[in-house]
Amino acid sequence: MPLTEQEFQELQQRAKAIRREIVDVTGWSGGAHIGGSLSMADILTLLYWKYMRLDPAQPEWEDRDRFVLSKGHGGVGHAVVLAQRGFFDRENLRKFNETDSMLGMHLDCHKVPGCETSTGSMGHGLSQAVGMALGARVLKKDWHVYCIVGDGESDEGSIWEAAMSAAHYKLDNLIVFQDRNHMMIDGLTEEVMSLEPLADKWRAFGFETREVNGHDLHQLAEAIDLALEVKGKPVMILCDTVKGKGVDFMENKPDWHYGGLSSELVANAKRSIGE
Amino acid sequence: MSKTDSTFSWTVYEADKLTQREIYGIVLKDLGAQYPEIVGLSADLAKSTKIGTFGDAYPDRFFNFGIAEQNMFGVAAGLAQAGLIPFVSTFSAFASMRACEFVRTDICYQNLNVKIIATHGGISFGSAGTTHHATEDYAIVRAFPNLTVIVPADAIETAHAVKKCMEIEGPVYIRIGRGFEPAVYTSEDYDFEVGKAIEMRPGTDLAIIATGATVYHAVQAADILNAESGISARVLNMHTLKPLDEAAVLKALLETRRLITVEDHNVINGLGSAVADVIAASGKGCAFTKLGLPDTFSPHGYPEDLMHRFHIDTDGIVDKVRELLKREFEEDEDWEDEV
Repeated sequence: MPLTEQEFQELQQRAKAIRREIVDVTGWSGGAHIGGSLSMADILTLLYWKYMRLDPAQPEWEDRDRFVLSKGHGGVGHAVVLAQRGFFDRENLRKFNETDSMLGMHLDCHKVPGCETSTGSMGHGLSQAVGMALGARVLKKDWHVYCIVGDGESDEGSIWEAAMSAAHYKLDNLIVFQDRNHMMIDGLTEEVMSLEPLADKWRAFGFETREVNGHDLHQLAEAIDLALEVKGKPVMILCDTVKGKGVDFMENKPDWHYGGLSSELVANAKRSIGE
Repeated sequence: MSKTDSTFSWTVYEADKLTQREIYGIVLKDLGAQYPEIVGLSADLAKSTKIGTFGDAYPDRFFNFGIAEQNMFGVAAGLAQAGLIPFVSTFSAFASMRACEFVRTDICYQNLNVKIIATHGGISFGSAGTTHHATEDYAIVRAFPNLTVIVPADAIETAHAVKKCMEIEGPVYIRIGRGFEPAVYTSEDYDFEVGKAIEMRPGTDLAIIATGATVYHAVQAADILNAESGISARVLNMHTLKPLDEAAVLKALLETRRLITVEDHNVINGLGSAVADVIAASGKGCAFTKLGLPDTFSPHGYPEDLMHRFHIDTDGIVDKVRELLKREFEEDEDWEDEV
């Protein structure tokens, strides 16, 4: 179903609230993977506030939809989403990265309610998402598995091993987003290690592939609606995104892959995101 | 030869004739009937590792991933997260090295209920050479927290290990050979407990601590030493590398003061090193020898030839035990002089 105007407004506000809190946590923690967390914020907003079947009061509910953050460096963004969605007390965000706190740079599924699996090392999450999707088939369950793959981690051969197996087993309960923000730590993906033609690659690997603007909630929603109808193959929603999206001085700057923020920069960043 | 409480469809007679891998395949198939949550995973080695026996019986619960071990172990983690119990089979070299970080991070770090059956361990795939040997895997997987590491001595013990690993809520690595190893046990009717060494022979002059395929040779060697020279050699089958039966090691140390370890593995950081840790912590003096590959890659050749070359067969153990018995070590009471 296309987004209603009211839904759109609410989701847009939510995405801004997520971005503002990502900035806050980056400030509190002394440093975080902010650029890639901001680039995927709109995708996560739609998943957690519109599409995923979940119950924050029962994070282990058997029939829930699963989400795997294959680009585990986005842990700070995912943590903010889980906190705002009510999986745990937002006060935990203030202790991000602290010894023995619930939240660290890469989320630990044994500590963080709502986190399905521990990621962080690149190129691992998609395989685990494939396992969860296969698991639904074995157990005759109708849950969907959503997964966000980074573009940088797509240099890893294991991503393509996983892609091959998802198509081989016709996992139409697996919907993968690629956060195509075109950047990795050392610079532009196309300069560090070329990925293009990326959409062609996913199609060649057997994915029903759709290219969208990863910050356009209407386009994203339409793509997810279509993905839910696909039969017999996994889906790739290739999201053209901007690293650091929403914060003017961070956008499209690889240096903001990871960084810390002074209180002044926090204020500037939140002003840029807006209310 | 009682098997009254056995739920397995194989018999001891068959176990004598079947290889570790064949027994594994049959036992897993039987377990599949008891546990609908078991799924089988292979990376183009369903036939070689015999997990195909399970796959033939339960095609809807068996998945081949082609020659892509990293993905296979990652998928296993996802299946376990979904509530299933994956049995993952590939050669030891690929389980411990090719897919190392996936086993460590996806499975062990998350403490997931994945059972890894690593076949063709050590130099058992002799003719295939170094690329297909795994003489480093104990060292690697022993360092993974949460992981239980079992190295059965023969086919019957493999059946025990595969059955017992279902009682462990967490990851297990079972390392077996290619399947041409001689049988140690003639009956399944013995007490197999994960983490408890089995005394194969009593003895007071020294203790031979062996694991996997070398247990057979340790027993043979002890019998020869006793018959030829009246040497009383204790033999411990250390089928569980982790958690190590430290009490059995300590007891052997205190009662014999001469220990020799035997393993189809590099002498670095395998069984011998685990035993050495116990000795060092005890503060007791002893004569100690580690048998295994002397920090070298193994060439291709028949496994029995390679075992002979590296002194981990019967003859090698006999010779090395005789050397060990001649070694001197400082008695405990002498230590005070040096303080």
